[in-house]
Formats: sequence, structure tokens, C-alpha cells
Amino acid sequence: MKQNTESKKALPKRKQYTIIALAAFIVFAFLANMFFDAFTLRVFNLCAIYIVLALSLNLLNGFTGLFSLGHAGFMAVGAYVSALLTMSTQLKDMNYFLEPIVPWLHHVTLPFLPAIIIAGLVSGFVGFLIGSPVLRLRDDYLAIATLGFGEIIRVLITNAQSITNGAQGLKGLPRYSTTFAVWVTAGLVVLFMVLLMRSSYGRALKAVRDDELAAEAMGINVFKVKVTSFTMSSFLAGIGGALLGHMITTIDPKMFTFMLTFNILLIVVLGGIGSISGSVISAIVVTILMEVLRFLDEPMNFIIFKTDGLPGLRMVVFSLLLMIIIIYRQRGLMGSKEFSWDMLTGLFVKRGHKGGDHV
Amino acid sequence: MSETSSNLMLSTSRLSMKFGGLTAVNDFNLEIGKNEIVGLIGPNGAGKTTAFNVITGMYNPSEGKVFFQNRDITGLKPHSITALGIARTFQNIRLFKEMSVLENVLVACHMSIKSGMFASTLHLPGYRAREADARRFSMELLEKVGLSHLAYEKGTSLPYGQQRRLEIVRALATKPKMLLLDEPAAGMNPQESLELMKFIRKIRDEFDLTIFLIEHHMQVVMGVCEHMYVLDYGVTIAHGDPASIQKNPKVIEAYLGVD
Amino acid sequence: MTLSLLFQHIVNALSLGSLYALIAIGYTMVYGILRLINFAHGDVFMLGAYVAFYGMTIVALPWWAALLVSIVFTALFGIGLERAAYRPLRDSPRISIMISAIGASFLLESLGVLIFGGRPKGVPVPDVLSRVIHFGSVSMIMISLIIPLFTFALLGVLVWIVNKTKTGMAMRAVSTDIEAARLMAVNVNKIVSFTFGIGSLLAALGGILWSFKYPQLNPLMGMMPGLKCFIAAVIGGIGSIGGAVLGGFLMGFIEIMTVAFLPTLSGYRDAFAFILLIVVLLVKPTGLLGKRQAEKV
Repeated sequence: MKQNTESKKALPKRKQYTIIALAAFIVFAFLANMFFDAFTLRVFNLCAIYIVLALSLNLLNGFTGLFSLGHAGFMAVGAYVSALLTMSTQLKDMNYFLEPIVPWLHHVTLPFLPAIIIAGLVSGFVGFLIGSPVLRLRDDYLAIATLGFGEIIRVLITNAQSITNGAQGLKGLPRYSTTFAVWVTAGLVVLFMVLLMRSSYGRALKAVRDDELAAEAMGINVFKVKVTSFTMSSFLAGIGGALLGHMITTIDPKMFTFMLTFNILLIVVLGGIGSISGSVISAIVVTILMEVLRFLDEPMNFIIFKTDGLPGLRMVVFSLLLMIIIIYRQRGLMGSKEFSWDMLTGLFVKRGHKGGDHV
Repeated sequence: MSETSSNLMLSTSRLSMKFGGLTAVNDFNLEIGKNEIVGLIGPNGAGKTTAFNVITGMYNPSEGKVFFQNRDITGLKPHSITALGIARTFQNIRLFKEMSVLENVLVACHMSIKSGMFASTLHLPGYRAREADARRFSMELLEKVGLSHLAYEKGTSLPYGQQRRLEIVRALATKPKMLLLDEPAAGMNPQESLELMKFIRKIRDEFDLTIFLIEHHMQVVMGVCEHMYVLDYGVTIAHGDPASIQKNPKVIEAYLGVD
Repeated sequence: MTLSLLFQHIVNALSLGSLYALIAIGYTMVYGILRLINFAHGDVFMLGAYVAFYGMTIVALPWWAALLVSIVFTALFGIGLERAAYRPLRDSPRISIMISAIGASFLLESLGVLIFGGRPKGVPVPDVLSRVIHFGSVSMIMISLIIPLFTFALLGVLVWIVNKTKTGMAMRAVSTDIEAARLMAVNVNKIVSFTFGIGSLLAALGGILWSFKYPQLNPLMGMMPGLKCFIAAVIGGIGSIGGAVLGGFLMGFIEIMTVAFLPTLSGYRDAFAFILLIVVLLVKPTGLLGKRQAEKV
């Protein structure tokens, strides 16, 4: 944090703003939980899940400089582990009609909290196993190898009939992703990221991103830092995937294709690669857009005339959006800067005033 | 070159580095005693930077060994070598481009902060104290070299000469026993070079360092180095004190037409 | 397994391998010059197949005319794609241009769904190509024989262009060192366009032949073959045309033979390619025929 003389006096005021904003949001979330209709509430909660997912990808892409495209695979691991740990024996019997479930999973039924933590840990462990060999690769090779692992995870899930129920997927997951659960998770993840990035370890991550060789010469064990970051990101992706599963309540391997990774990548790029607040804002914007624009794909009724619906149009919009951002505004909404109250007041007082730099 | 082994800081024996068919460094034998300032000179492409890269663990040598304080460090990872007390700078300045001057120095303190992802994220008390120490230490270092007023500027926005200085400060922040400087005077005019050499001698005394530096122009380091090694096409063509190097016919020949 | 069945598998593997090779060449040439994984390449392949399909059905062109129209159109499209999506980013970090390529890939796929419709379309395979021919006890469809022949003929032409013509020399120069080539007065933009043109042309051809062999089209048909062919190019040694061909055939053989001999593993078919990729990347990142590039510190 900047500790200039001029900002020393203003600091408590900024803290006040933050507390007020946070309180206002909590009140809003409570009201939303009470008064929103089911669909709107779902979109609102989906925002929180995408915040978690976007931050987990940004930890890699934005802060450690590792371009990974295998995120959907880790989400799948998280979603499946949490589903299998929370579903009742009865529910499992109903799902597994092609082949019975393996005995050691049959009678396991845990509460949500331990289940989601285990889901994250398993996903993180998978990330660790994959990361250790793959992180020796660079740039686009790393991207394609992680994409490959994402696909391999999906193929394994599809074929492990007696564990995952294969292509049939799992239906009737307990509806645990309540407004409270998702937003508290999102809050914790945001807090974690902010604190991490302000810490010495966060600096080490950024050093690896900026210049691997120089970081290594500064005594940073670059490979270890990369593996740690990859593992942590997989852990968070697993948590996000689990939350998503318990919100949609139905999961199958087709859900976790590259398309899902693409959505998260879009959020990260739009928000600014390397910006926490950028990811948060962008996750909310993109999630709402995705739901609002759903009408594009569906039949439309304009009183005077009807259209048959244009399936694919929504994705056309999103892929164009991604390309336009990357071509014309490579740094996204926030660049690698973070939101600050100065930025906001600066916006109103005089345009072009630079927000406070964080150290 | 008659250091007793207790006084020996860095040495190499029969060090070679081959890339495919090209031998960049051939049979390189080096001995540097404590608190010496030793120069490695030679024309472009002589293999000076390659020698640095092998010593600091960026490359694994094809043959030969590297010893630091009588300990075999051949094949260690660069970060472990830094941890043992050898810090370096780069020929083409490698600052962390998104970071402020202070952050650049703080990164070098990460090693001494000794906190993993969780301890530092949770700001545990032990971490807090060490982070505070690191900040104080970094600011002191910046003050010593006259960069403290620029602490919050972006490192890469500094003028060239100050970027070089910052890179040296950053290397100092790893608390090294030995400093390897890769062409610290590159791109400087004679006046600046002279000041830099004074600065190098100053930090040697102040931080109790041993310094090994690469220079392309022989004249620049004549005044500061106590010993010199001359490389040409990977081969050591001469070593000794500056006066004898200057008179060495092989060296003159190697430099003819180059300088 | 009878000998004739084995022979049939080999022919199948050869023709699938040829198709993979045709697509892999596009990846390898583009990567060689721009260091870019052209994620949209598989979708260009899809586009080629669709254009020929509409040429044959709506415009009622004879199949060879539809094929010619399609490859010309698709080649021009590839050139346009590079100009719109990649050229503005040529000096940006490699990751940016790759994100643009991912965007372009999704754009083409969703445009495909929008324009061509999501439902699969049956391809009217010309009679000449769907004729069954017999060699003793072995019977096969004409197209399976034509594909490898076609591929080898084209490869000959390509090798000639790259090695003997002035344009080919310029291509090699650009892929060795784009800056040096520019200094030697090579028109880099022209060479890049040419490369994209050739690559897209081959992909279109691959797409059309694919649709004659597996006569069904859908807008996502390029996704899996696209990824596999990129992997083929990596396995062969990215940047090397011979490597791409080798990788393509290897991929075709592995795929056909696993399904033939280890049918229980066929569910894992798509994972094989990726496992192979990861093994190659870790053991010999430069691929089978790739040249080693020393990294400068």
C-alpha cells in the first residue's frame, strides 16, 4: 500500500468507504436472498461462483504468468468428488443403474463443508500431480499440455462408469450452494487473493511472471513456486466446480469441456490479466450478460413477428467480445491495476487521474 | 594467484560448456580470493556470459566443476547457488517490469523472509516481523545508493544508469558473499563508467564482498580489478594482474580490430 | 484376425493418417513462421467441408467443381483470418495472439452453428468415390484409396514450393528469423498470408475428403481433428513439414489400430492423443524431426 504523506490522512476514510460498501453488499445479498425470484437469485449466486473460478485462473494466468487451459478438468474433479461425498446411498442407487457404484463410495455421505474441502484438496492434489511434470514446459506448450490434461480428466470420468456413472452423469445433487455458501466462499477467496498478493509470496509469484530467470537469480525456487501456484489454483477450481455442481444439481462430463474454460478465460481477459478487482467485476458482468443474452439463442416473440431463435448467436457475441478485447484493449478493464476509491473519485473529479499504486 | 585454500571464494576446474558443436567455454580454470575484485574480459562472443551462467547454475556445464568456498556447487539450481551467497546481475538488465523500485528489492528479500504461501498470506506474526525487517533493510539499501526517493516509481521507468544501479542493489539484497556483475558499465560513457567502478569498490568494502565482473572494454576495469582473466573463443588466453595483461601480446592480438 | 482384415485396417489408417497430415501441415507451417498455435485451424477445416457441401447441394455443382470453389474460398478466408485476428497482435506477447486464436476458433464454431445449423448434415458422396472395389478378399471404398494418393501428390507439390521456389525460400527465411528476413527485404506480410493461404487450402481439402469418407457434417467437427492434428505436428516436430506428415500418419495408425486390436480401450481413444502429446513434450519437446533451439539467457 502506498504510504505517501498525502494519503496517510485519507486512509481511514478509504477504509470507511470499504466497510460501508461491504455492509451495503451484505444487506443487498440478504434482500436478494429473500426477494429475488428463483432465476434471478441463481444468476446472482452464479456470479459468486464465477468470481471464485476467475480468481483461480487469474492466480495462474495473471499473477504467475502460467497459461493454463485445463481449468474445466479441475472443476470436474471438484464437482464429482463433492457430489459423490454428499449424495445419499439411496440417491446413488437411483443414479447408478448401468453399473453399481463401487462399494467404498456407496455408503459415504458427508455434510457439505467437509465434502467441499475434500473436493478442493483432491483437485489440488491432481493439480500437483499434473503440475510437477507439465510445469517444465513454457508458454503455448504449457497451454496445450494443460488443455490435454483437462481432456484426459474428462475422458477418464466418462469411462470410470462404476465411480462416476460415466456419460450418464449424476442427478439430484443436494442443493447446497445457497446464497450464503457461495458468497462467503467468494468473499474468502477474494480476501485470500488480496492478502496473498500483498505478501512476500505474492511478490515472488509476480517476479516469476515478470522474469523467471531473474527471479531464480534472486533465490526464488521458481519451479516450486509454479507448482504451488498451480496446486492452489487447482484447489480453488475444485471448490468452484463443487459449488457449481451443487447449484445446477446435475453434472455430467459434457459440462466440463474446453468451452467452460473459455468462459472463465473470457472473464479473466475482460477484467484484466493480473487484477483481482478486475476479475471480480468482470465475473459479475459476464455472468449476467451470459444469462441476459440467453434470449438470443431462444425463439423470440416480438408481438409483430416471431423468430425461430438463433442458437449460437450468444457464443458469437462472446467470442467476438474476447477477440475485440485482446486486439484493441489487451489489458482488459483494469489492466493489472486494482480498484481503489481514488480511482473512483478520480473518475468523477477529472478524467485520466491515476489511481493509487499498490506496492 | 597464490591464495591459500581457506581464503579461496570461487574457483572452477577444467570448466567447459558446449552447445552442440560449439564450445562456448573451454577448460576454464579460475581462482578468486576473498575480497578480490576480478575482471573477466574478452571480445564479444568470447564466452564470458556463458561462464557466468555456468557458475550461477543457469547452465549445467558439459565438463568440469565449480567450487564456492571449497564446496562443490556444480549442477546446483540457480536459486540454491544464490542462497549459498552468490548474487548476479544481467548483461541486458532484467528488472521485474511490473514492479516498483522497492518491490524489485523486496523480491530479493523473499529468501530471507522464509515464509511459504500460507504463512505470508495469513500474515502470521513471524512473517510480519520479517517482512517489516525486509522493508527496512531494502529502504536502507536504496538510501545507500541514492535511489530511496524513487522507491515507489516503476523500476523500468528509471533512466538506464539507475536501472543498472537498481539491479546491483537488488543483488545485494540477497545478502551475498560474492557478486557477479555482467557488463555493469555497458552503455555508459567514460565518466559514468569511472564513477561506477568507484561505486563497485565502495560496495566491496562496505558489504565485505568478493566481486567478479565481466567487461568488454579493457580500459574500464584496468583501474578497479586486482586480477583479470582474458577469454577469446572460449579459451583463457591470459590471466594475471592488469599491468601484465595490458602488455600480453596474445591479448593485444585478440583485441586488435575490436577496440 | 485375417490378413485381409489387417490389410483393410492399414488402408484405413493410411487414409485417416493422410487427412491428419493435411491438417497438421497447416499447423506446423503457421507455427514455424509466427510461433502461433492457430486454434482456429480445425474450424477452417470444417468451413472447407461445409462450403463444398453447399456447392454440391444448393448450387448443384459437380463435386470436383465444388471442391475447387471451396479450397479457393477457404484459402482466401484463412488469409483474411490472419489479417483480422492475428496481424494486429504480431508484436504482442505470444499469449495474447493465442487468446485471439482461441476466440477465433469459438467464433467460427458458433458462427457455424448459427449459419449452418447445429444439426448434422448428410453429405452426398459422389458415386465415383463411394464405389466399392475388391482386391481378392479385401474390399474397400474408393475414397480410402484416393485420399492417400491425393495427399502424396500434394505433398510433392508442397515440398517443391518450399525447397525450390523463391517464395519457399522466403518462407524458410521468415521461419528462421523474422527480423533478419525483414532486413533482407523479404515481404514478411506477404509470406505470412501465403502460408495461411496454403495451410487453409490444405485444411479445406482435408475437410472435404473427410466429409466424403465420414459423410456427416456438423459445426464442431473440426474441434477434435484440429487438436489431434496439432498434436501430430508437435509429435513430428513442430515447424517441420516432414514431421507433420509423419506425426499425422502416426496418429492415424495409433487410432485405427487401438480401436481394431484393443476395442476395450476405444472409450479412451481421444485421451491417447493427449497422453502421447504429453509424453513427447516431456521426453523430446522438439518432436521426432524437430530441430533443437538453444535458449538464450
